[in-house]
Amino acid sequence: VLVSVICSSPQNYPLYIRSVPTENELKFHYTVHTSLDVVDEKISAMGKALVDQRELYLGLLYPTEDYKVYGYVTNSKVKFVMVVDSSNTALRDNEIRSMFRKLHNSYTDIMCNPFYNPGDRIHSRAFDNMVNSMMMQVC
Amino acid sequence: ITEVCGAKRVGYFGPAQFYIALKLIAAAQSGFPVRIESIKNELPLPRFMALKNDSEVRYGTPAEIHGVKFQVPHANLEKNSYKRTDEGDKQEPKSPPMSPVCSPPASPSTYQRIPLSYGYGKSRSGLEQQHGAPYEVRHPTHQQEGPSSGNYGAKPALSCSTLNRSLSAEREQQDSSTHYSDDPWRITEEQRDYYINQFRSLQPDLNSFISGSVAKNFFTKSKLPIPELSHIWELSDVDCDGALTLPEFCAAFHLVVARKNGYQLPETLPETLLPEYLQAASLKPMRDCTLFDSYSESLPGSQQTRDFSRTEVRRPEEVPDNSALLQDAKKDDKQALKVSTALKTIPKEFQHLTVKTAAQESNALKARPRSRSYSSTSIEDAMKKGEEPPTPPPRPQKSHSRASSLDLNKIFQQNTQAVRSGWLPPPPPALPPRPSVSQTEQVSEAELHPQMNRNPSQAEENSSAKKEVVLAQPPSKPARRKLRTEAQGLETPELSPTINVTSSLPAVKPHLPVQKQSSKQKRAIQTAIRKNKEANAVLARLNSELQQQLKEVHKERIALETQLEQLRPVTVL
Repeated sequence: VLVSVICSSPQNYPLYIRSVPTENELKFHYTVHTSLDVVDEKISAMGKALVDQRELYLGLLYPTEDYKVYGYVTNSKVKFVMVVDSSNTALRDNEIRSMFRKLHNSYTDIMCNPFYNPGDRIHSRAFDNMVNSMMMQVC
Repeated sequence: ITEVCGAKRVGYFGPAQFYIALKLIAAAQSGFPVRIESIKNELPLPRFMALKNDSEVRYGTPAEIHGVKFQVPHANLEKNSYKRTDEGDKQEPKSPPMSPVCSPPASPSTYQRIPLSYGYGKSRSGLEQQHGAPYEVRHPTHQQEGPSSGNYGAKPALSCSTLNRSLSAEREQQDSSTHYSDDPWRITEEQRDYYINQFRSLQPDLNSFISGSVAKNFFTKSKLPIPELSHIWELSDVDCDGALTLPEFCAAFHLVVARKNGYQLPETLPETLLPEYLQAASLKPMRDCTLFDSYSESLPGSQQTRDFSRTEVRRPEEVPDNSALLQDAKKDDKQALKVSTALKTIPKEFQHLTVKTAAQESNALKARPRSRSYSSTSIEDAMKKGEEPPTPPPRPQKSHSRASSLDLNKIFQQNTQAVRSGWLPPPPPALPPRPSVSQTEQVSEAELHPQMNRNPSQAEENSSAKKEVVLAQPPSKPARRKLRTEAQGLETPELSPTINVTSSLPAVKPHLPVQKQSSKQKRAIQTAIRKNKEANAVLARLNSELQQQLKEVHKERIALETQLEQLRPVTVL
């Protein structure tokens, strides 16, 4: 049910975008991009606690589709945005948190790679595999 | 072919059978009838798995079946490839002709049963690649390089170790299930040594890490594209800490080598490149890699390579006996320490010793001698890179220690006691389960005899140490069931001078000329200690076996008694 994942840099350009292939992919891209604004808003509002595992909960964005957009920010202002289909919303909160944790761990693993320059697109196969597994598992 | 080569008769593929079988395969593929005589001809290499084959006639004297000779050129190539910088012309196996036999290594290298030999081929090609020669690596590559490897001057010890390892790999058929010849992800001995040297150049402390930036600079020199290097890093940095430990570094280096040879990077780290795998070697004989950490900790850095190679070598052979293996490892550890302290001639002696014994006993798969050859090999590798590979030493080598022992009779007096006491059981850590306890007992008896005979003469002390070495060798030969013959076979080639001294010993072989070298003394001491430890291991094993038997007998007795009890009321009227 996880539909899309985006990882964006502190400068708000995407480092990694991954979606379940559907015809609405662009829409998801647009959604996550606009949600970055909301994330920024929350960051500036919070001040101290920069790491909030679920900063964005939109609920029903459009009547035709119900999906939720969740956000997550690391200490270095790298943002993760996840779009999930709301079929099983009731069970989701902890799962969302754990998914973000996994994303964060994978991201740190990428950072450990000396060949990775922060700010590059993420081409890591390990990261891809992890995201794939999350998408599969959610489905 | 199986029948012709004798495997059916003996029930397994020993080294001799294996090489004969390969030659027969080549003969059959060339259209010759499958008969012993056909291997006398010059044959092209056998083709395996529809690989493109080097059709050059590389087989040397067909009559030369001894694996060691085959391996000599093979190993030689490995060594030399490290030193080469112009590998462009290696693609054709038309390397300068070296000594006689060379083709079999290529065949074994592709054969499923000898993954390590294969690994040699791989490492060879890898190293060549690293030197910049563009190379289209195909499966036949190693096969082609096998013969070409044979064409280089070599270090016999290395070849011996190769031989031993490959031989043991043959015997350890269960290993073959994971070591198919197409496995480019195994790190061979030379590769490992090379990687370790590189690691050392970046980071002197082998226990520590190479930081990410240092590693990045290093691997960038390999001219691979950054995304690929990034992927290699991801694969090899298993704990994702941004730094490479030695096994991680070896894995990364190996991946770089493979990539430069044209192999596609795997999606996940192959099992043989996992750090745990690379580290857990000596504890599990089935594993490829050596007891990395323990050795590196226990030995000075310069000896670590040797230990790795030794434990690596020992690994395939000592499947049946982990404890013995560990003990051997420790013994070799100590031995390595001593060896390292000894002169460089000692490694040579070891080499020669192993070469000689291997040559003399075609089926020799000896953990001890092998490790010695490895230690010497790695020492040589590390320290003598530019030296000429020594020619196979003549027999005299053995006599060196003997001669020195003659000179140092008093010194070895104490050792004699230890040697004698530890002499009792045969030191066959690699002894396959087939030779049973009875065999060990027999061996101990056999050994006791020579031991008794030696008691009077102190000059025999070293020779007894040698004898231990020698005796250690035959037990690993599955073909030899009779310990008497083993002991005799052992003694004859190695201890001829000693045998002459002790009349009771079944002496046969010619004398080994006596040469005096101070290093012999140390080596003798080390050998003696090692032998004692081996003996301890064997005794312990024997003890456990006997205990087991005792338990079983007890059980039987109890069962019988209960039966009796049950029957008794019936009989009682």
